Amino acid sequence: MKRYIAKRVGFAAISLVLLSVTIFLLVRLTGDPTVLLVEPGASQADIEAIRVQFGLDRPLWVQYGHFVSSLVRGDLGHSFYYRTPVLDLYLSRLPHSLLLATAAMAFSLLIGIPTGIIAAVRVNRWWDSAGKVFALLGLSMPSFWIGLLMILFFSVYLGWLPSSGSGTAAHLVMPAFALGWYFAAAHMRLTRSSMLDVLGSEYVKLARLKGLPEALVIGKHAFKNALIPVLTLAGINLVIMVNVAVVVETVFAWPGIGRLLYEGISFRDFPVVQATVILNGAMVVIVSLLVDILYAVIDPRIRFAR
Amino acid sequence: MNGGRSATLTGAWRFASLASFRTEGFPLIATSILGVLIFVAVFADVLAPHDPEVGRLGERFRPPVWQQGGSEKFLLGTDHLGRDVLSRLIFGARISIVVGFTAVIFAGVLGTGLGILSGFLGGWVDQVVMRVTDAWLALPALTFAIFLAAVVGPSAMNIVIILGLAYWTRYARVIRGEVLSLKERDFVRLAIVAGCSKRTIMKRHILPNVLNSAIVLGTLMLGVVVVTEAALSFLGVGVPPPKPAWGLMLADGKKGMMAGYWWLTVLPGCCIMVMVLSANLLGDWLRVKLDPQLRQL
Amino acid sequence: MTAPPLLELRTLSTHYVSARGTRVVRAVDDVSLSLEAGSTLGIVGESGSGKTTLALTILRLLPPAARIMSGEILFEGEDLRTKSDVEMRRIRGRRIAMILQDPMASLNPLFTIGDQVAEPLRVHEGAGRGGAWSRAKELLKAVRISAPEARVREYPHQMSGGMRQRIVGAIAISCSPRLLIADEPTTSLDLTIQAQYLNLLRDLQRQYELALIFITHNLGIVAKMCDQVAVMYAGRLVEWGPVTHIFDAPAHPYTRALLESIPRMGDSRQRLTAIEGQPPDLAAPPPGCAFHPRCPQAMAQCREEAPPETALAPRHTVRCWLSVPVPAQSAPVR
Repeated sequence: MKRYIAKRVGFAAISLVLLSVTIFLLVRLTGDPTVLLVEPGASQADIEAIRVQFGLDRPLWVQYGHFVSSLVRGDLGHSFYYRTPVLDLYLSRLPHSLLLATAAMAFSLLIGIPTGIIAAVRVNRWWDSAGKVFALLGLSMPSFWIGLLMILFFSVYLGWLPSSGSGTAAHLVMPAFALGWYFAAAHMRLTRSSMLDVLGSEYVKLARLKGLPEALVIGKHAFKNALIPVLTLAGINLVIMVNVAVVVETVFAWPGIGRLLYEGISFRDFPVVQATVILNGAMVVIVSLLVDILYAVIDPRIRFAR
Repeated sequence: MNGGRSATLTGAWRFASLASFRTEGFPLIATSILGVLIFVAVFADVLAPHDPEVGRLGERFRPPVWQQGGSEKFLLGTDHLGRDVLSRLIFGARISIVVGFTAVIFAGVLGTGLGILSGFLGGWVDQVVMRVTDAWLALPALTFAIFLAAVVGPSAMNIVIILGLAYWTRYARVIRGEVLSLKERDFVRLAIVAGCSKRTIMKRHILPNVLNSAIVLGTLMLGVVVVTEAALSFLGVGVPPPKPAWGLMLADGKKGMMAGYWWLTVLPGCCIMVMVLSANLLGDWLRVKLDPQLRQL
Repeated sequence: MTAPPLLELRTLSTHYVSARGTRVVRAVDDVSLSLEAGSTLGIVGESGSGKTTLALTILRLLPPAARIMSGEILFEGEDLRTKSDVEMRRIRGRRIAMILQDPMASLNPLFTIGDQVAEPLRVHEGAGRGGAWSRAKELLKAVRISAPEARVREYPHQMSGGMRQRIVGAIAISCSPRLLIADEPTTSLDLTIQAQYLNLLRDLQRQYELALIFITHNLGIVAKMCDQVAVMYAGRLVEWGPVTHIFDAPAHPYTRALLESIPRMGDSRQRLTAIEGQPPDLAAPPPGCAFHPRCPQAMAQCREEAPPETALAPRHTVRCWLSVPVPAQSAPVR
């Protein structure tokens, strides 16, 4: 297991490095970076100062070194708009995004896994067809549109739920639903196919041959094996959710990092944009690594690898 | 089957024969919808009753014709600038179709090419491409696209490039896997033994056989790309106004939502959903038809 | 008075019906045989001859597309076809057990060996965790696995192929069944381990008074282990009887061909004898006797009508026109 983990950590490190290089190059090589790094409406003197500060007249690799060293130091720039370090901004908004993503993930698993299991056990019958329709709709409707429709229906017409902001559970319901809907469909699909694979396996056949009650066959033998790919996906999806939530957070004015990114774009606040993207990417890499490690602990085939 | 060329009948050529259209399960409705959308996109100038970008302030916020206050001149109502919604939706179809297909093709060419090179050549080429793919995949496509749009500035052309760059990795991974297993097949080994140059092998033997997967991936990606483009336009970093991208219409529509102008939100979203749904249905059917082994996609 | 047989199949037929009812595959067609307690029956045949379907029919664990069309399955005097699902479940694993071909795939990778061996005990006999666990260790010892105390906590992927097959055997005998069906149990094992495993099965049989059904395509195993043999072809039972009789003087041409196709040391013939032709498509079998296209002694009658079951001795039957006593037989066509 140790070797497995070490390998994964190594890959993660490489990914992080490549991530920083990619972001760095994209900014430096597409046109004039001063346009981005400088506040809108700055004077010529300010522009020159920025030039020197970022070493924009130095060779690329020197700039990169500068870039990485600031990253490591935790200096991810200052927001033009908020006049505070971006890292602080990010960290203050992160909990909200995590809350939203967790709620949406819980929703997607609570709906997705049971419906997927039932669809697999009752394959090709009514429930399975209904499930397929649900999955298709979920995967085809953009999450922000669902959010807009919900606001239209529950806020404007019915007046039951608040249309924006955060703070109470009522505020959380609609954004979590809008965000989680797509993933509920995706998880349902994966659970169904994973369960079908497992139900056709030899060890399930043997479980039946042992004379175990059907509930035990499905609940114990099939379930745990079928869940592995689903939970792995869910782990990755959590981080993806946080990222994809940009639009949902914007629709509902939810104060998370997605909305922060949107503000950065709207206000042409580039340091915010760049830092958010870097941090999001880093988060994806780290969480993937953690999921891999968790996988190693749970699956005995890896835990006791010779 | 040709003995001299690659031994596998490419599914794509088989598909082209009309006989396959009558097999069961063919998503007739979905494909027809896509056909209609393409038709609308091509003939938008003729079909749209009004100019999509010019509005009459006196006709703002007209509801669709079946509601009170609607008029037959504006069948689906007007927006906050008095622009005809139906015409905007029609021209929006053109944007979605053009951007969608072009981005998918761009991502496909890039991803398939790199996948073939990486899978077939192996060695350090493979390692480099794989590491880059992993790192690239670490950035969710939407975030990456937003970032790129913020850096280079939004425009219809840029969007295509941005979307292509965001999604090529999906192709590369899958195609590489296919190439790896193709390499073990006898007809490839024979070609190598016969002394064909690597480029010839890749072009004449590998490429036609991965086309199936590339096509299936393409249809599946179409839906994803369209949604991403809509999201980008909604956020303001996609197709710039006054072009009637459906996502932009949704952003505009949000402003009127609180006042109950529902058609500005529901209608563009329906168009997006219908297009994505059709693409997904077609993609699912293609996946099962062309190569059952791709079911894990 | 001899005791009634442990298992008796009477004119058993299992058909697979396609979803639209258009294709019918006669996987098991009118099979009748019987098995005494403590004895061993070998079922041989080519792939697709219906051997596994027959086993699954006895246990009534057929896939949804398959249906038992007719016949009786008498186990300890009771017809299993009349049993409810709940009753069948109590029989499976407890009174009739089955071993599958691939032991690695048969064991759930996520649960310990101990858990999986103890499971039937806990379900069928209501044993508690501690009791079932120690019984599991004893069972592992009975199948000659070394260091059972350590093994119970380990996982299937940590075991070798031979050990896994023994573990599957331990699971099978855990509730002391009367009948054990083994479907190609040695096919996935190395040759050296095969012999050990077969000896183990024989010892277990003696110790637990088990009746064994061996499904195999290996006639060597049949010769070594079985008291009786049933030869299946295209879903039909073409010959059934004591191993010694049949191996000495096979009555059915197919049986004869099978025995002759085994290469022997010191055989002066240059070429191996193979049976010409291919096994038939079970959805569209040849008319009459299913074997006639490949039979060196086929007659006109074989092409027209399927031969009836003829008893050559009290427990020896054959399905062949050659064995049917008729006043006038047509001359062989070939």
